[in-house]
Amino acid sequence: MTENDHDHEHARLLKTEHPVGIVGYGAYVPRYRLPAREVARIWTNGTGGLPIEEKSVPGLDEDVATMSIEAARNALARAQINPSDLRAVWVGSESHPYAVKPTSTIVAEAIGAVPSTQAADWEFACKAGTEAMVAAMGFVGSQMARYALAIGMDTAQGRPGDALEYTAGAGGAAFIIGPGDDSLAEIESSYSFVTDTPDFWRRQYAIYPEHGQRFTGEPAYFKHITSAGEAMFEATNTKPEDYAYAVFHQPNTKFPQRAGQMLGFKPEQIATGLLVPRIGNTYSGAAIIGLTAILDVAKPGERIMMVSFGSGAGSDAMVLRVTDKIAGKPQLATTTEEYIARRTEIDYAEYVRMRGKLTMK
Amino acid sequence: MDIPRHWRLKKQRYALVGEVCEHCDAKLFPPRDICPECGEEAKTLFQFSGKGEVYSYTAVYEAPEGYAEQAPYTLAMVKLDEGPLITAQLTDLGAQKPAIGMPVEMVTRLLRSATDERGMLIYGYKFRPAVAQVA
Repeated sequence: MTENDHDHEHARLLKTEHPVGIVGYGAYVPRYRLPAREVARIWTNGTGGLPIEEKSVPGLDEDVATMSIEAARNALARAQINPSDLRAVWVGSESHPYAVKPTSTIVAEAIGAVPSTQAADWEFACKAGTEAMVAAMGFVGSQMARYALAIGMDTAQGRPGDALEYTAGAGGAAFIIGPGDDSLAEIESSYSFVTDTPDFWRRQYAIYPEHGQRFTGEPAYFKHITSAGEAMFEATNTKPEDYAYAVFHQPNTKFPQRAGQMLGFKPEQIATGLLVPRIGNTYSGAAIIGLTAILDVAKPGERIMMVSFGSGAGSDAMVLRVTDKIAGKPQLATTTEEYIARRTEIDYAEYVRMRGKLTMK
Repeated sequence: MDIPRHWRLKKQRYALVGEVCEHCDAKLFPPRDICPECGEEAKTLFQFSGKGEVYSYTAVYEAPEGYAEQAPYTLAMVKLDEGPLITAQLTDLGAQKPAIGMPVEMVTRLLRSATDERGMLIYGYKFRPAVAQVA
C-alpha cells in the first residue's frame, strides 16, 4: 500500500471533530424463551440441525416501544444525566409498532426527554441501531448536542416453518452518546460499507420477510462484515490482537463465529458478545446487545470492535476503547446476563399465541 | 374517540408521574392537585420510583373489551414505596404465582390495542416481579 492509499483509507473513516463515546448503555431481553427444538418438533418432526438453542419471545403486552423504553431507562440509570438534556431520541428497528407514527416520540415522552429533542425512527434492516449511533456520534462530535440517545430494538418476524422462525428473537439496546471525557467507552472511529444487495426484505403490508436463502451468506453477511472489519484494521493500523473483544451481527450461531475467524479473531474474543445461541437474532438489537454484555464485564483500556450488518445491505464497524469511567456503571441497572437469566420456557402453542398468530376475530 | 383522554393521561400512565404535597410531603398518585392528607394545594410533579409490593390481587378471566387477548391476567393493588396504593395489571409472571408482599417494579407496556387494527395503541404502567428477585 502506498502512502496515498493509506491516506485514502484513513479518509474513509468517520472520526468526530471532538471526542465522543458511550456515557450510558442499557439492554433489554423479554422473559420468554422458545427452544429451537420446539420449532423443529412442529415443522421437521424433530429432525435436522438447530441454528441456536433458544430465542427470546416478547410477552403479549410488549413491542418495540415498550422494550425501547426499558433499555433507555437502563441507559439513563448508568449515564446519570437528566433526560431533558438529551437532544435526540432515535429508535432503529424493522418492527416499529406503527407504520406511520414515530416510536421515538413514545419513548421520549416516557423517559422525560420531551419536548426539546430530535425524535425519529430509523430503518436499515438489522443495522438501523448502529446507523442511529453513527448519527448520534456526529450530533455530539460536532457539539450540536451534548447527549443523544440511539436505540436498536426488534421483535423480529419469521414465517411459521421458515428457517427464520428458529432464530427471529426479541431484544436490543440503548446507548447515550456524549462527550469523550464523560464516556465509559470512547468511540474512536466508525466505518461503513454499503452496497445494494437484495438478500432479505419485507414489502409494504407483508407480515413476514422474504430472504434469498444461501444468498444471505457470502455476498451479503460475510462480504459486508469482513470488508468493514478489514477496512477498519487498515485505516486504524490495528490487528485482531489489539482487541480484547469483537462482536458482530449474529443471525445464528455459525455466521458470527465464521466472520470472526475470517477477520482473524480467536473464539475467546467473540465469546462474551455472542448471545444469539441463548436469545436468538434480535435484528437491530443483535450486535449492540452483544456490546452491552461486553461493557458489563470490560476493563479500562480494553479495545472492542463491533461490526453490525443490515440486509439490503451494509455494515457499520466501530472501534471503542473502554475508559476508567466504566467502574461501577454495570451495577447501576439490570445487566444483560441478568436479563438472559430471567427465563421462562414456552412451547410452540404459547409462542403462537404470544406472537399474535392466533386470530380472535 | 378517546384520543384526548389518553393524551391527557400520558405522563402519569407512561412514567408514573404524580404529585408531592409541599405542605405535608405526602406523595400523590394519581395527581389530583389537592392533598387528601392535609387538604392543601399540591401541584408539584413527582416522579415515583416504580418500586412497590403486591398488597392484594385477583385473576381476571372475563376481560372487558380490548383486554380479551391478554386474558387471563392478574390485576393487583400495588403499595408503592412512596405510599400510594394503585391498581394495575401484573405482567411477566411467567410460571410465578402472584403473592401478597411480592416485590414488584413498574414497567411501561401496551395496555390494550384499540378495538380494531386501525386504531391507536394505548401504553401505560403495569408491574412485574422485580428482576433482581427473579434472576
